[in-house]
Amino acid sequence: MKLFNPEALKEVEVQVKRWEEETLPKSLEKFKERMNKFTTLSGIEVKRLYTPLDISDIKYFEKLGLPGEYPFTRGIHATMYRGRIWTMRMFSGYGSPEDTNKRLKYLIAHGETGLSLAFDYPTLIGIDADDPLAHGEVGVCGVSVSSLKDMESIYEEIDMGSVTTNMTINPPAPILLSMYIATAEKQGVPYSKIGGTTQNDPLKEFIAQKSYVFPPESAVKISIDVIEWSIKNLPQWNPISISGYHIREAGATAVQELAFTLADGIEYVRQLISRGLDVDDFAPRLSFFFDAHINLFEEVAKFRAARRMWAKIMKEWFNAKKERSLWMRFHTQTAGVSLTAQQPFNNIVRTTIEALAAVLGGTQSLHTNALDEPFRVPSEFAAKIALRTQQIIAYETGVADVVDPLAGSYYVEWLTNEIEEQAWRYIYKIEKLGGMLEAVKKGYPQREVTEASYRFQREVEECKRFIVGVNIFVEYGEEDIRNVPLLDINQEEVEKKQIEKLRKLRSERNSEAVSSSLAELRRAASKNENIMPYVLEAVKKYATLGEIMNSLKEVYGVWIEPPIF
Amino acid sequence: MSKDHLYELIEKAKKNDKASIGRLLTYLESSPDNAIELLKKISVGESGKVHVIGFTGIPGSGKSTLISRLIHLYRRNNYRIAVIAIDPTSPLSKGALLGDRIRMQEHTLDPNVFIRSVSTRGLKGGLSFAGIAMVEVFDYIGYDKVFIETVGVGQAEIDIMNAVNTVVVVTMPGIGDEIQALKAGVMEIGDIYALNKYDKDEGEKTYEYLNFVLESGEVGSSRGWKPKLIKLSAITGFGVEELKQAIEEHLSYVIANGLFNSKVLLRRRLLAKLFIEKLVKDKLDELFEVIELMKISKFEDQLAFFNEQLGKVLSNLDTRLKNLT
Amino acid sequence: MDRTSDLLNERENVARPIKVLVAKLGLNGHDRGAKVVARALRDSGMEVIYTGVRQTPEQVVETAIQEDVDVIGVSILSGAHLSLMKKLIEILKRRGVEDIPVFLGGTIPLPDIPELEKIGVSKVFLPGTSLNEIIKHVREIALKKRMKIRE
Repeated sequence: MKLFNPEALKEVEVQVKRWEEETLPKSLEKFKERMNKFTTLSGIEVKRLYTPLDISDIKYFEKLGLPGEYPFTRGIHATMYRGRIWTMRMFSGYGSPEDTNKRLKYLIAHGETGLSLAFDYPTLIGIDADDPLAHGEVGVCGVSVSSLKDMESIYEEIDMGSVTTNMTINPPAPILLSMYIATAEKQGVPYSKIGGTTQNDPLKEFIAQKSYVFPPESAVKISIDVIEWSIKNLPQWNPISISGYHIREAGATAVQELAFTLADGIEYVRQLISRGLDVDDFAPRLSFFFDAHINLFEEVAKFRAARRMWAKIMKEWFNAKKERSLWMRFHTQTAGVSLTAQQPFNNIVRTTIEALAAVLGGTQSLHTNALDEPFRVPSEFAAKIALRTQQIIAYETGVADVVDPLAGSYYVEWLTNEIEEQAWRYIYKIEKLGGMLEAVKKGYPQREVTEASYRFQREVEECKRFIVGVNIFVEYGEEDIRNVPLLDINQEEVEKKQIEKLRKLRSERNSEAVSSSLAELRRAASKNENIMPYVLEAVKKYATLGEIMNSLKEVYGVWIEPPIF
Repeated sequence: MSKDHLYELIEKAKKNDKASIGRLLTYLESSPDNAIELLKKISVGESGKVHVIGFTGIPGSGKSTLISRLIHLYRRNNYRIAVIAIDPTSPLSKGALLGDRIRMQEHTLDPNVFIRSVSTRGLKGGLSFAGIAMVEVFDYIGYDKVFIETVGVGQAEIDIMNAVNTVVVVTMPGIGDEIQALKAGVMEIGDIYALNKYDKDEGEKTYEYLNFVLESGEVGSSRGWKPKLIKLSAITGFGVEELKQAIEEHLSYVIANGLFNSKVLLRRRLLAKLFIEKLVKDKLDELFEVIELMKISKFEDQLAFFNEQLGKVLSNLDTRLKNLT
Repeated sequence: MDRTSDLLNERENVARPIKVLVAKLGLNGHDRGAKVVARALRDSGMEVIYTGVRQTPEQVVETAIQEDVDVIGVSILSGAHLSLMKKLIEILKRRGVEDIPVFLGGTIPLPDIPELEKIGVSKVFLPGTSLNEIIKHVREIALKKRMKIRE
């Protein structure tokens, strides 16, 4: 069923032509347009005007549908934010577990509705706080977690049965998940009520984030282990957050972000199916994670295209039967890479517009960046403003009161279609390469991202892309930056404390139980079994993160990336 | 550089002072004349001792990872290893971005491993000269093995592979017509063929195919040595020990047949040949540039100009060579 | 024919390109900035060696020595810049190659910059710096280093 009356369309065409010949030139005479060509951040050229002619072919129920129904372009729920505002989930963590516990309580008190843990670099790559390589980095970019004891401290006085937690963790995902479960268990929360997400997305590590440890095949195997085990044991847990955020931050365009994320998802689905799982058993628990960048309309179009494409992929490629299997549920973070070190208070404005894009795009949960991100992990002051930004959008502006409010805009619908089309091209290219795992091993997405990032930088340098404070409206003093109150982490103290904690732990625990659990783990890993139960055992015996990772490294080896520029 | 300073560097390099070695290699690269000056001082006449192994193969075949693995194995026997990683980056941009080292960084802190990256840098044929000259430096210092890693086809690479004792051709399954690829240039002259990423889907099939081709004698170096085919996976380490053994076997063969010493002589002759070729070519290129600048277009006029200038050029060269000897 | 001889002589003095080591120190793997800078330096005619991620100060110094570079460029986004750069420059001194200038880019809070310059970092580049500025700086410090050697 087409939306527009063919007669009406003809009339529009005639009038538009007339407008171009009569009205437009008058405007152009007064002022030339600011640039010869206007493009989105993906390089998609945008015209000055969109009319029904640009979406004349659109079939409403095939392309848009109604919210809560296939193809879900307009939202996965019928009432969206009228029923429930998106989860305000602020990515937090720094210093010691005790420091982070305090920050979590602060944010909960100020209205955040979901938790999201940021781990420090040693934790992210699976080494303990007392490892020589960790020196200087303990507690800096996130919270330091080396053992179950640390997780217990993080959740001191926080009821894990009534909050959900996102954990941004990749190679050590099985370990952190085990720590989370073990802590919740100690609080008396049953497996059936433990809710949250583990990021657990190795493919994007090779493309963008680079906190990989194991080689690609093994990394994917471990990730699937976590998903498989979680499907069977944790009904409320999202074992994977298929991420485009990092790929975007590394330089990808919106189209690439969308395409590579979906391609990653396709690869994981195939892997799970080859394990013998039924698609409807695991699909409802797959979740996604996108970037919200500064070109508002492009982002909204991207989110809508994402939902439409994933629903189609699940339905037509994988024959999913359950409704929930077709839903694309996603978390969004505003674009860190768009924030500037120059005139940092401007970042509040950028984050606001990006958050708005995410909401207009129908995100399920949202993290808003703090203004001091170009310098350090956020201070309370900055984090609170970021949280309030979401609350103002939710409760004051009215954008949450209507489902998919931008639908029907000729521009937005056209852009949604355009982004979808371009993304499909990438996906087919990756299919030809043998799927995302093969493409990653061949370096294809890495090359695309590197190219795009270089192109963007050149555009900024040549003033074809503008960034306020960086290449226009530049100020030469530094007062603004100096006025930003930075978080005091006291890194040396934190590191000392964590090292001492580890020493105490190693002396007080049952070392024999630890070694035998690690030996069991190595055996299971080399026999290609699902490693989760063995990791859980080792964690409960207070084996440390580094010890467990080392056991796994012995079996799976480590990855060094090939040079790709 | 002053004579004294050069001598000082050479002394320190002999004692394995890394910074001095690094500077000598730079001196080699800086100009052919400097290189000859240095080579004069360190070529101690008799045959060199270092075993030079060349690794070639298409980009992505895993040469660097494989070399890194081999270094582990050789270090267990306490061999001193040097790696010359030649990256023939585009001569168009004049700059170079060298990343072969990334896969070998774990060896950086080993005092008995030295890794150096070399680029083409618009050296116009000077690449092979610099690469081979560096071998002489490591020979002098007393390294046991020099691994030269190159990629692609081209005269420079063929020159280098002719100058090494053992040529290892690294390939992998799934690159299409493997045999055609093998017949292209340098791939033909392999002493050992390493089928990397052997655990990929068509690994076994490719192995059989390659085996068949090698048995037929169509590719692979002659001189009586039957090329060996090794299947391996650099990432897991599978087959790398066998590769090492094959390399050592080849070394024994080469020594036993008097080919080792003759290769050293060939290498030095090649250096001289490349040097003179480059000198002459550079001069000729300059003349052609002048012709263009002066916009001399008629054929006879060009030849006349040449005739006029050539004498000067040759006597110029003559002086230079005199100064070097 | 004077021009001819001039042109013929010029060849002898073709300058050796500037050699730069671009390194990622610390555990953070975000290499977008490092790679963009590496490429820009290459495009401006320099020879760039890239180490890959997760390098230790010891590895960076050793690499700089083996490759005999003119300049070291470090990218740190993990927040451990003070301790890492201190260590790096210490090791440069210990190995007798403190004449190699080092510049730094990354997420560096402004108050840390004076201290970094004090321990010997030639320049700290914040996010948003133009590539041309970086290239200019590298040319300057590389030239200075080579002049010192000449003396």
